[in-house]
Amino acid sequence: MNLPRLIQVFLLFSSLSILSIGGGNTVLPEMHRKAVGDYHWLTDKQFADVFAISQAAPGPSILIVTMIGYKAAGVVGAFVATIAMMIPAGLLVYLVSRIWERAKDSPARKAVEKGFAPLTVGLIFASALIMSKAADHGWQAFVLTGICTFIFCTTKINPIFVVAVAGFIGWLGWV
Amino acid sequence: MSDRPSLLELALTFNHIAIASFGGGLSAWSREVLVIEKRWMEDEEFLSAVTMCRILPGANQVNLAVFVGVKFRGIPGALASVFGLTLIPVLLVLVLAYFYFQYHEIPAVAGILKGAAAAAVALTLSMVVKTGRKCLGGVVPVLLFLAVFLLNGIIRWPLLACLSLLAPLALVWAWPKEKQP
Repeated sequence: MNLPRLIQVFLLFSSLSILSIGGGNTVLPEMHRKAVGDYHWLTDKQFADVFAISQAAPGPSILIVTMIGYKAAGVVGAFVATIAMMIPAGLLVYLVSRIWERAKDSPARKAVEKGFAPLTVGLIFASALIMSKAADHGWQAFVLTGICTFIFCTTKINPIFVVAVAGFIGWLGWV
Repeated sequence: MSDRPSLLELALTFNHIAIASFGGGLSAWSREVLVIEKRWMEDEEFLSAVTMCRILPGANQVNLAVFVGVKFRGIPGALASVFGLTLIPVLLVLVLAYFYFQYHEIPAVAGILKGAAAAAVALTLSMVVKTGRKCLGGVVPVLLFLAVFLLNGIIRWPLLACLSLLAPLALVWAWPKEKQP
């Protein structure tokens, strides 16, 4: 086991964790600069490929660090990178959520809950747009998205079933 | 909260959310499970938590798991939720990483992912419709909604820039009105 390398992995991703204001993807340029440019853990092409793979996989979007950690220092490196990416930010969320619970009846919390709701819905609308751009959707995919949206809004069919059918349609090569 | 979920239930719930999000749409899946299915929180609390988790550093969904875990079971709850959310995706990504670096190709799932991604976008859109119906009554919230969509989604301003402009306006609008003495 390569201990200095593991320490490098830990330090890099724990510092990126605390810098990733606005979500894990905001530190991708810095991650690329360090992992590809400074440390030469992987090539430019490999970085782009593992990014694509990590985006498609289920779960949180930061799992690109699992793959970079794996390339840098094997399976242990993968776990070290993943944990390092979560701990500092997680601690901060913990502190904020404790304050949040304590402020249960304060006017500030009421204002945030009411005022942030329309902003959040707008941001989620924006992320739907960005998701479909990132997936490089053609017109077939937009039709499929339209049909699925209609189903989700008007029926109580379990979404898992709809996603599975859509995946099957994709497997047939129709989108 | 009298019937707090157990640690195991937290882990299993977030595991369920993670697996369901094959193809994307993790926010929409979180609402589907946490608000609709489990009724652990109301839409308003959920939406504000989502935005707080976006502002704070870290992956949004990991942050949300920490937030919900702490709400019900403190630090052990946060660990259980994050563990549930990440375990299977991490193992899956490890297998993919192994195949990729060993054989320089990825098992052929591209087509399935494309279809699933189209449905994930749809689930996200339906979340916009469903939550929008509840919180977009009135001119001010609709303007806030449109402004943040335009700035973040179309012009692609960074999140922090959008919110430092619009969040103060939203807070002024939403601040509880005191009765005049």
